[in-house]
Parts: sequence; C-alpha cells; structure tokens
Amino acid sequence: MSLLELQNVHTYYGNIHALKGVSITVNEGEVVTLIGSNGAGKSTTLRTISGLLRPRLGEVLFKGKRIDRMPPHDIVQLGIAQSPEGRRIFPRLTVLENLELGAYIHNSNSPEYRRDLERVFDLFPRLRERYTQKGGTLSGGEQQMLAIGRALMTRPSVILLDEPSMGLAPVLVEQIFDIVQEINAQGTTVLLVEQNAHMALAIAHRAYVLQTGMIVLENTAEAVAKDETVQKAYLGLD
Amino acid sequence: MATQSEAGAISAGTRRTTRMLLNQIFGPLLQILYFVIGSAVILGTIVILLAFLLQGTRSDINLLQGTLIILPQVIVDSLVRGFLYAMIALGYTMVYGVLEFINFAHGEIFMVGAFVVAGFGLMLNSAGILGDFPGILFVIISVLLGAAVSGILAVSVERVAYRPLRNSPKLVLLISTIGMSLVLQDLVRIIATSTPLGFNARVLTPDLGSAIRLATLPNPGGNDINVIIDARSMIFILASIVMLIFLNYLVNVTRVGKAMRAVAQDRPTASLMGINVNNIIALTFLVGGALGGAAGVLFGIRVQAINPYVGFLPGLKAFTAAVLGGIGNITGAMVGGIVLGFLEAFVASYLSLFTAGAFAGANYADIAAFSILIIILIFKPEGLLGEATVQKV
Ligand SMILES: Nc1ncnc2c1ncn2[C@@H]1O[C@H](COP(=O)(O)OP(=O)(O)OP(=O)(O)O)[C@@H](O)[C@H]1O
Ligand SMILES: [Mg+2]
Repeated sequence: MSLLELQNVHTYYGNIHALKGVSITVNEGEVVTLIGSNGAGKSTTLRTISGLLRPRLGEVLFKGKRIDRMPPHDIVQLGIAQSPEGRRIFPRLTVLENLELGAYIHNSNSPEYRRDLERVFDLFPRLRERYTQKGGTLSGGEQQMLAIGRALMTRPSVILLDEPSMGLAPVLVEQIFDIVQEINAQGTTVLLVEQNAHMALAIAHRAYVLQTGMIVLENTAEAVAKDETVQKAYLGLD
Repeated sequence: MATQSEAGAISAGTRRTTRMLLNQIFGPLLQILYFVIGSAVILGTIVILLAFLLQGTRSDINLLQGTLIILPQVIVDSLVRGFLYAMIALGYTMVYGVLEFINFAHGEIFMVGAFVVAGFGLMLNSAGILGDFPGILFVIISVLLGAAVSGILAVSVERVAYRPLRNSPKLVLLISTIGMSLVLQDLVRIIATSTPLGFNARVLTPDLGSAIRLATLPNPGGNDINVIIDARSMIFILASIVMLIFLNYLVNVTRVGKAMRAVAQDRPTASLMGINVNNIIALTFLVGGALGGAAGVLFGIRVQAINPYVGFLPGLKAFTAAVLGGIGNITGAMVGGIVLGFLEAFVASYLSLFTAGAFAGANYADIAAFSILIIILIFKPEGLLGEATVQKV
C-alpha cells in the first residue's frame, strides 16, 4: 500500500482552477519529485496535502485513510510535515524556539525530543552554532536549513519539501540535496518539489511533471530525465 | 575540538537556564521601569525648568514651590494612568498581533470588568457582609471575577462576531468591532438600569485602608513634601505589576505562549507545526479580555462611580498607547501606556498651574497629550518599540 496518495485532486483559489485532477502516489521509503515551471501548481499540491487548502474534488489518502477534510494541525500529527515555499521561518523567534515549535506536538521533556534535536543539529551544525539567534537574522541558506530542521522535529514519516534549493549558491544547493538524501536514508519518505529539475531528478526514485495543474508525465526519475520534452523544457538541453 | 561548546549548546538547548527564564519574564518589566524613570525625569525636569522661567510672571504664588510640592503626587497619578492604559492596551495589541485588526469593542470589555466589581460589591452589601469583608480578599476575588467574566465575554464576541468574518476585508471586521462595542454598551445599560445597580453605578468596597506616606522630602524654603499614595492607587499599581509579570511568563516562557507568538508571526506556518490556530486566537482574546476586565475592576475600585460609557475614552487612549508603543508589540503596549499616562498626568496638573488657570488643565490634557503623540508618531511612525520595517521572510 502506498503511504501517500492523491486521487484526481482539484483545488481552486476562488475561481482559479489551480489543480485539475492531480493523481500522485508516494510509497514508503521513496524520494519522489514533482517538477514543473512557475505557476504549474506544485506548491498548491503540497498545500492541499498539508490541509492548508481543501480540494473541491478528489481525495488525499494517507496510509489508506482520507485526510482531505482534516485541518492542518491534525495532519501534522499523522506524520506529514512540510517545509514550505520561502522557508517561512518565524523571524522574531530564536533558532531554538523555531525548532521547539516543530516539536510542538511532542513532549519536549522526552528523550525522543532530545534525540530529534541532536539529529537536526548533526545534520545542520550551523544551526547548533546559532541556536540563540533570531530566525529573521539568519542567511537564506541557514533559514532553509532551519525550515527543514523544523519540519524534521515534527518526527514525520513523510516530509514535503517546497523548493529547498531556491535562492541558494550552487555549493549550498549540493549540500541541501545531500542532506535530503541523508534524511531519506534515515527512513523518512520525501516528496520534493523543485524547479532545479536536474538536481531533483538526480536524487529521486520517481518523478512527476506538472504542467498548468495537470500531471503530464510520470515515471522513474531516470526515465523522466531522459525524456525529450523534459530535457527541452526543464533541463535546458536541446 | 568544539565538543565542549557543543555539549553546552545542547544542554542549554534542551534545558533553559534560570537566568534565561528570569530574563524572559522580567526583561520587559525592566524596560517599563526604564520608561517610568525616563518619563519622570524628563517631564519633571521640564516642569521645574518651566517653573524657573515663569517664576517672575506670577506674584500670587511661588511657582517653583507649587511645582515641587505637587510633583510626587503627579508621578503617582502618572503611574496609575499609565498602568491603566498599559493593561487595556495589551488587549488591543495582542489581538492586532494575531489578526491584524483593531478590536474597538475592547473598551467595553474593560467597562464590563468595572460593572462586575460594582455588582460584586452590591451583592456583598445587600447580604450585609461588605463592611466586614477583608479588603485584600475583596480585591483579589473581584479581580479574578472581572477577569473571568471579561475574558469569556471577549472569547464569545470573537466567536460570534469576528470569526465568521475572518476572511472578509479588514474594513468589514472593523465595522463589526464597532457594532459589538455599541451592543455591549447597550446590553450593560439595560442590565444596569433594570437592577439595583443603576445607570450611574456606585462601586461599594470594604475599607481598603487609608493613604500611605511613602516618604517625606526636605524642601528648601518651604514645607516638607510628603509623598503620599492613597490605598486604591497603590492597589492599582501593585495588581497591575503582578498581572504584567504573569502575562510575560505566559507569553515568553510557556508552550502556549510560544504558540501565540508563532500564530502572530505566521498563521498558516503555525498550523503546519500542529498548532490549532483557532484555539490560540481564542486564547489570545481570553487573555487580552481578562487583562482588560481586571483593569476595569481596579479602575472601578479606584473611581468608585461608573456608567456603561466609561470604557470609551480609556479604550481610545489605550488604543493610542498601543500604537505609540508599536502596535502588535506586547512590551510596546505597556511602554506606550506608561508614556501616555505620564504625558497626560503632567499636562493635566501643570498646565493650569503655569497658565494661572487660563487653561483648566484637565480639559486640555487630552489635547496636549494627543498632540505630543501625533508628533512622536510623525517622527517614529512605527511606534516606540515597533520595528522600522515589517519583516517579510
Ligand atoms: N493565493 C492564491 N490566490 C490565487 N491564485 C493563486 C494563489 N496561489 C497560487 N495561485 C495560482 O495557482 C497557480 C499555481 O500556483 P503554485 O503556487 O501552486 O505554483 P508553483 O508550481 O508552486 O509555482 P512556483 O514554481 O512559481 O512556486 C498559479 O497560477 C497561481 O497564480
Ligand atoms: Mg511554488
């Protein structure tokens, strides 16, 4: 059974029909990437999964149970975390407080909490150095690390990452993708939204291509990377 | 290599030090203290200088003596007004912080607190036990009662009149808050006039003690200056400080406090952390309403005569104080209240003294205080403690 499944999902912003029947399957242990150009509906897909938006039609299933009518704070409890587009760090809270909020649904006196915190600090040593600093004063790359770390603190079984490489220098992009792979190796399923299709396809097992609210291609990442239209449109190859 | 400091970071990360805690609770209060001292020193210096300059223009009284003699009393009055505005301003600023609209019904939430203590006093009186009731116990019970009634009322108002409009334009919400303000005024008026309370309700209290002499200052060339504080003002100031400590603890130290700050900064992202945003918003109204209600109780005890419209002016001024401090900023609201209280009390007391009564100070206090506010806001539109630019991440 798949871990996370979208079946024919239609999501609207008022009258704007942003998702026009999206179906996606994410299996346990996978890295699945969702690529597409600006405005294709990638973030909308993640917001729909997290419950920030309600689909007008279609279903979102997690471990076989419908979650598309649940509020976001209940969906997190099930084990679905999101590192949202633009990082969305709480700017006037410290790094540590941001991480503590990630663990809001857990007991912060438990050994598991301390283990999670240790794990995040091990993945992102930079955050350990700056744990008393206000979130808003971090650099873009550090904020991205904090956003991913904060999502990990919810102890998710699947993590939704919305463009973690956005606005980062190439070295840092490589580092972030390495860490995504490491997170996956540690047992967390990953749904990765990216504009940087090249890198995303390199680390994903499977890929979906989204175009104006519709899935136009799905396959193994390898096959998608070899697809001619994908090479033209998303990889900048001729 | 860095194992030592890493271990330190982790232990501090998992367990907060006592010093951090004290800092989070008392840091904002220290900031208030700075503004209290600062306002007292600056305004005190200004009036003494003015008295020097104007000394020759008056033959009827010794202006400098007069200025010095009332100064301690003016400072006590400033503190009472300041804490009154601070406590009410918190309700405005907390709601603004979370929902970004001004809850104009908050002045009425405050007024309800004053009626709660009036009702409580009346009940004890008709039971014949008011006279023997211990004063401190009376204050504590009525503050808790007023806080509970106003807090629950504020939550209900949010649920009924604001939440259904949460996605409407801000102007619609604003009108709803003004509507609720009128509704609450009239409700209280109907209840008050159809009970023994009456439209002009008296706040009956047991004996709360008499004035306390804090100090006697030597006064060169005149009578000694007695620094006297009446018991009701003393109660007002002390109770306000206790509640501000509680608020700082709640907001800065507890888990729900962190959730409140997160919701204020980014609602959708807070919900991604597993925070039930609606509950936190309700809690914000509960806490803001409770502080307003408690302030109403203390206000009622101090002025001893109230009516259903007593919430309007203090509410408006507290809103101004919140803006002055930087709307949305909790410490800012407290500081703004203190500064406004000082400005007002000084103008009210000294304007008529300096103008030989040509301007009856109390009537001009509002104009003068608000003019100064407007000037401050022209030069620092984000408020005293507001951030220069809205942080967008
Ligand atoms: N809050 C909103 N209100 C109205 N329309 C919106 C809103 N958010 C997104 N849209 C529209 O929905 C469509 C999908 O947007 P979405 O943000 O999901 O795209 P995306 O694939 O994430 O793009 P990008 O790569 O630029 O982040 C776009 O046409 C966008 O204009
Ligand atoms: Mg997007």
